[in-house]
Amino acid sequence: MSWLFAKRFTVLLFLVICAFFLTVFLTGCQPSKKSDVNSISVWHWMTDRDAAFQELAKRYEAKTGVKVTFELYAPSDAYSQKVRAAAQGDNLPDIFGILGEKRDFSSFIKAGYILDLTPYMEESLGAWKNSFFAKALAVNEFIEGNSYGVKAGIYGAPIDIMTIQMLYNKKLFKELGLNPKKPPQTFAELLEMGQKIKQAKMQGLVSGWGEVWMVDCFASNYAFNIMGKDKVLATIKGEVAYTDPDWIKVLGLFKQMQESGVLANGLVTMINKTAEQLFANDKAVFAFNGSWCVNVYKGMNPDLDYAGMLPPKASEQNPMAIWGGAGSSFMVNGRSKNKEEAVKFLQWLTDRDQQAYLAEITNNLPANKNCLNKIPDILASFAKAMDNATHPNVWGVSEFSPVIEAFDKGIQSIIIGEKTPEQVAAEVQKIKERELAKKRSR
Amino acid sequence: MKTSAYYKAKKVAVNVVIHAFLLSVALTCIFPLLWMIASSLKSQDVIFKDMSLLPKVYHFENYYRAWMEGGFGRYFINSIAYTVSVVVGIIIIASMAAYGFSRLQFPGKNIMFYMFMAAMMIPIPGSFVPLYVLLNKLHLRNTAPGYILCMINVGLSTSIFLLKTFFDKMPKELEDAARIDGCSKLGIWWHVALPLAKPVLAVVVVFNALNVWNEYVLALIIFDSRPLMPLQVALTTFQGEFVTNYPLLMAGLTITALPIIIVYLLMQKYIVKGVTQGAVVG
Amino acid sequence: MRIKSTLENYVFVLPAVTIFMIFYVIPFIWVFQLGLFEWDGILPTKTFVGLGNFKEILFDKIWWQSMGNAGYITLIALTLQNVVAFLLAWACDREIRAKNFYRVIFFIPPVLSEVVVGLVWQWILDGNYGLLNHWLGAIGLPQLTRNWLSDPQTALTAVAVVHCWKGFGWGFLIFLAGLQTIPRELYEAARVDGANAWQAFRKITVPLMIPVAVLVGILTILGTMQAFVLIIAMTGGGPAYHTQVPVLRILASMRGSSRFGYACAQGISFGVILMAISFIQYRFSKKYKG
Repeated sequence: MSWLFAKRFTVLLFLVICAFFLTVFLTGCQPSKKSDVNSISVWHWMTDRDAAFQELAKRYEAKTGVKVTFELYAPSDAYSQKVRAAAQGDNLPDIFGILGEKRDFSSFIKAGYILDLTPYMEESLGAWKNSFFAKALAVNEFIEGNSYGVKAGIYGAPIDIMTIQMLYNKKLFKELGLNPKKPPQTFAELLEMGQKIKQAKMQGLVSGWGEVWMVDCFASNYAFNIMGKDKVLATIKGEVAYTDPDWIKVLGLFKQMQESGVLANGLVTMINKTAEQLFANDKAVFAFNGSWCVNVYKGMNPDLDYAGMLPPKASEQNPMAIWGGAGSSFMVNGRSKNKEEAVKFLQWLTDRDQQAYLAEITNNLPANKNCLNKIPDILASFAKAMDNATHPNVWGVSEFSPVIEAFDKGIQSIIIGEKTPEQVAAEVQKIKERELAKKRSR
Repeated sequence: MKTSAYYKAKKVAVNVVIHAFLLSVALTCIFPLLWMIASSLKSQDVIFKDMSLLPKVYHFENYYRAWMEGGFGRYFINSIAYTVSVVVGIIIIASMAAYGFSRLQFPGKNIMFYMFMAAMMIPIPGSFVPLYVLLNKLHLRNTAPGYILCMINVGLSTSIFLLKTFFDKMPKELEDAARIDGCSKLGIWWHVALPLAKPVLAVVVVFNALNVWNEYVLALIIFDSRPLMPLQVALTTFQGEFVTNYPLLMAGLTITALPIIIVYLLMQKYIVKGVTQGAVVG
Repeated sequence: MRIKSTLENYVFVLPAVTIFMIFYVIPFIWVFQLGLFEWDGILPTKTFVGLGNFKEILFDKIWWQSMGNAGYITLIALTLQNVVAFLLAWACDREIRAKNFYRVIFFIPPVLSEVVVGLVWQWILDGNYGLLNHWLGAIGLPQLTRNWLSDPQTALTAVAVVHCWKGFGWGFLIFLAGLQTIPRELYEAARVDGANAWQAFRKITVPLMIPVAVLVGILTILGTMQAFVLIIAMTGGGPAYHTQVPVLRILASMRGSSRFGYACAQGISFGVILMAISFIQYRFSKKYKG
């Protein structure tokens, strides 16, 4: 009896497994829908802007009859992997954004995934081009004879801009007996304040220095200030060594800051969200953060009394530089059948009204320079800082990733007192030479 | 001569020590859970100002908002469908394989088993790209079955390993008896081995359910259309690149944790009672 | 008849092997192949470098340092985490009050999201406003207070402890399942023979639990060596390289420096090392069993 049952059972099991695989392959074999001309697909990673995008898509469809679907894939890490995987399977949408360094951007262009927007930018005397902040556009631009080997042109449209600068808490300034209208102007003044902060048992500067790129940003500001742009670029090109006294001076600033007490406790491993919590809740005197923070602080503590400032100068020889430029940009798929429609949509999206709407809803700085008139004071200070802005993506050359990593991690080592600035400089230079040798041998 | 009072006192003392130990560990486990729930009832501006476990104002509407703004309804159903399919698939496929590896003889058995073990060890970090291209070629990308098969594959090795260890440990007498009764191999697997393995099957269910329930990176990569996405994707709505809406995130996390806790509560009954019940069925 | 029986036996492993071949072996071969190339993950062109990537790993100091860190965390997990998990399971296996309550509670950490765990533990271990420092001050040990996560001397241990806390629930569960499969009659027989609780534990529980302990051990090695989500949430791998782990290095090669081929090579060498450790443990335990 049980024999019989077991036999039937075997057959049944086989049928189930076969049926399973069959359904899998049948449902899988449906021809994937190829997008038609009247619809454009956009991939993005900006969770906080998704609702605004959806609303704009609706307006565009009402106006032109072209359906735009915004697909959100967050967090940005997963998004970036998805775009890379999709590129390998040739499944990229009509419009997408690229997260990563300029080198990755250039690879996407060389592989033919991105349309050169220059002709559209230049149309009717460069109307589209001229509506943007020049510095925001520069992030997506490849200049003639660039080191990446990409044909000169503009390959993306910025939808917002950002700058990264310092902020100070006015309330804590008063508690420290300082004038809340006079933030430190020089590095020496900053260090002096460090003493006061230490004595008052407060926390000084907070920032996301545990996510190393923000350390890099801070250091690069001072590198520009101390040695000027040309020397920084010469270092990246390999003409100046990191063991140069100027670079050691840059690294030494971190040691001085740590010793003065101006750096918050635990800054080396702090992630930016923690830094934002501390600053928003009046637990830190200074912050080093990007323009997006206005929105963050507003949500956590609407009464926070703070103002923006440039990092105080360590040298009078060169102007202070901060990082800034395009916050997020969209690119058009060079292989899409809908590229003309996609470009038209991007032109509409970056037009004044839509940019003003985005800025209003999301508290980001618009990329279109014609709609800056109605923004809050603090955001305006970030916009003003754009005058001092620069960005690695506009330098035309990229530093090797291992060198950047060694530099940033080296700064962490300096802050925890493990290494001296000289040691770090020597280590960074060693890695730089190794990478240069590797590049030459290729 | 030791009196019964002595034994009683000793027993009480032992129990006190055991309970003190259990309780201290339990406290550390409960605390983050309570913090999560308390935070889910606060508002964004006080969440890090007032870390206490009792909010001054209770914002129960956070749960409603999280559910609506995250679009939980749709994703919830998706996640349940994925979790159930993957767990059922793994239970059947892995327990058959584990039984085969543990009890049956066939050429290449050890090599195959070691292959599964090896797969468990070698994480393929770059595997998303090859997996994506593969699914694309099989026309399984952006389909639920493609995702389910990938997730079955993810849990397979560990489940086989877990199950085989327990099959190896189990007494063979009952199976021998069934064989003498004329039961086929598949019959023995189904009627004798599986009921006996209930405790470990329950562990496998919990392990894989949690795995699938919490997965989202693979889903994000292989699904293009949002209606196919699992629940974890809804949670990313509250974690913007810059702004994190902590109260809604905590409310969302609490909602998402609930089904897994229920699965665990259902399963832990088998983990505990498994032996006696298995013996009765067998 | 023999052949038919063997074929029947293959039926048992066939579904598993099929899925495994398609969804694991094919991508794996692909990844291995990519490990032989210098590729940024985007361009259609790849440069063949042979075993160059693997050779580079041998001399990658940071890679080996991160291996050491992961090894340290694993060592703590194997000892501290598993001993605690076993003791808890053993206690809950006995007839004690509220054991159902404990069984549920101990499974909370694995269920909790890393986001919550990271936030709560950061708050506990924080240098300025942290609970741990607060308690240390309260019990009169203020000299021990420090910034646990950014002090290079404590960062790795702090991360390891949090990781163990998050993971002990699994060990607890598997140990409990194992203890439950030990027939109660064995204990009764031992008691009749006059064995005390300790003897019963040593002669019955321990030998029967060795395979389970090996299982938990291997799963612990795998889970801990590959951990990274909590580490990103708590220290980002810092300060400097003090809490770097291999998976973070692989991700850094893949995303940070866009060296896809190198990342694949790292993944494979990492897996081979894990495999070697696990097999040694597995064989060793088999020998021990006799």
